[in-house]
Amino acid sequence: MNDALLSVRNLSVDFSTYGQVSHVLKGVSLDIPEQRQIALVGESGSGKTVTMKAIMGILRQPPATITGGRILFDGKDLLAASATERDRLRGTAMSMIFQDPMSSLNPVFTIADQMGTILKYADRRLGRSRGRKGRMARVHEVLGQVRMRDPERIARAYPIMLSGGMRQRVLIAMALLSEPRLLIADEPGTALDVTTQAQILKLLKDLVEERGLALLMITHNLGVVRETSSYVYVMHNGRIVEEAATAELFAAPRQAYTQNLIASVPRLTGDTDFLAAGTADNEATP
Amino acid sequence: MSARPANEPPMLEVNSLVRTFPVRNSFGRQTGEVKAVDGVSFTIARGEVYGLAGESGSGKSTIARMIMGLARPTAGSIRLDGEDITGATGSRAYGRKVQMVFQNPGSSLNPRRTVGQSIAVPLDSHGLTGGNRNRRISELLAMVQLPADFADRFPHELSGGQKQRVAIARALAVEPRLLVLDEPTSALDVSVQARVIALLMDLGRRLDLTFLFISHDLSLMRNFASRVGVLYLGKLVETGPTAELFRHPRHAYTQLLLASVPVISAEEEAMRPKLPLINGEVATAAQVLAGLAENQPPD
Repeated sequence: MNDALLSVRNLSVDFSTYGQVSHVLKGVSLDIPEQRQIALVGESGSGKTVTMKAIMGILRQPPATITGGRILFDGKDLLAASATERDRLRGTAMSMIFQDPMSSLNPVFTIADQMGTILKYADRRLGRSRGRKGRMARVHEVLGQVRMRDPERIARAYPIMLSGGMRQRVLIAMALLSEPRLLIADEPGTALDVTTQAQILKLLKDLVEERGLALLMITHNLGVVRETSSYVYVMHNGRIVEEAATAELFAAPRQAYTQNLIASVPRLTGDTDFLAAGTADNEATP
Repeated sequence: MSARPANEPPMLEVNSLVRTFPVRNSFGRQTGEVKAVDGVSFTIARGEVYGLAGESGSGKSTIARMIMGLARPTAGSIRLDGEDITGATGSRAYGRKVQMVFQNPGSSLNPRRTVGQSIAVPLDSHGLTGGNRNRRISELLAMVQLPADFADRFPHELSGGQKQRVAIARALAVEPRLLVLDEPTSALDVSVQARVIALLMDLGRRLDLTFLFISHDLSLMRNFASRVGVLYLGKLVETGPTAELFRHPRHAYTQLLLASVPVISAEEEAMRPKLPLINGEVATAAQVLAGLAENQPPD
């Protein structure tokens, strides 16, 4: 059918709360070919995070129900696969970089402890094992890969001892531990200052390129889309409303929704017309 | 804009403002101090939108708090509309002249008060009662383009953009001259942000307001502020007319900030400075200011 590394086909997800059912994803399809950088962009409530959670298998069911569709990784349907098979792929062949470094790290364990534990479970899923020493060597190696100058010292540190940018690097290192083929990044750097965000995005881009990884960048920021992806899916109200090569999307957006979204982004050139842009759509009472 | 008498004082005059915080060890003994705001001076003319740009820890919110009388300056002075308000905490007289809109409308509105009650709080404390009060609430809601029946709703029934409109209505209730906007749209989606900024621009013109706009978003600032000051670690490193400052940033930190902004067009990319690199990695602000970064060759 297609040779994408990850292929989401017609994915539909409902949420039911207090007997009310809302269709949160309405037939979402997207492809992430090997070694390509793909962006999934949408505003809050668009369904991008639910899509990501369904792919990673961390969607809480209930309240969510996957009502249809397939998630193919390397041709295998994750929704139909056995638990062992699923676990082997999720968190190892594909891994996730979370948005908020402070809440994704446990404050009472050192970086080495937390990374060691992740590595232990990743090894177990892959049917490998290595001793504590071997794990620490790998932890130091990966911390070096995210350009930490003194990996041993960082490994011994507690999260509180690190700056926001360093914590974000640790999260990237964690995602790299199991040598994944696909990285899923959920708004990396949004909790950071703009100068630190620029460092993180550059690092991520370099890592993905030099290690030949596929990247799914999930973001609300069109600037981040342009800087990190070559192909983009625009999501709105649980649907992919437009997809295009990134350069093409910015040059000639086809859908009214995308056109308005792009027009709403303030530009460094100072010619944004806020009155003409913007929409009352998202301001509708929740 | 209407002609103004030449002798009118600026709306806001901040002079050599300093705010230090004590640094204590775990026994509570003071071991030093940190200068959150370190000799900051700027003036805002009437009807102007002045932008303060800076990252976390730059002191921008501390400056806002001092202007609002929520924190006392360690040194320096603040003059509002010609009147010295330095350290005048909680003064009602100047509370009418300056109001603030906070970053997170979810937490700045009381969840147990209706929109009308929230807007009425400043009206009550400034002595407006009865039918006049209800009329004023509808008027304020109309000003921020919300229907009058919103007065009976609770914050949880509103979207983020609507909440921020209510916060703006509440700030306008006492007819302030200066509005301090502390990251007013950073919690909003970009399309909603566009509408809130359009509303603020319109209100500024119609009500002849002056804005102090605090933000980390330089692209937004470029489109909203007429003059900008860039803060780094409590110091104002550069200030000037927005278009000029963005076209020709002089300070290395301003250049780094601009270089870091993700943009969506080739035109923006062309005017954006190159990211300073050290060994192939993006340099930090501290490294740039220490003169450690290589200069990127132009394309």
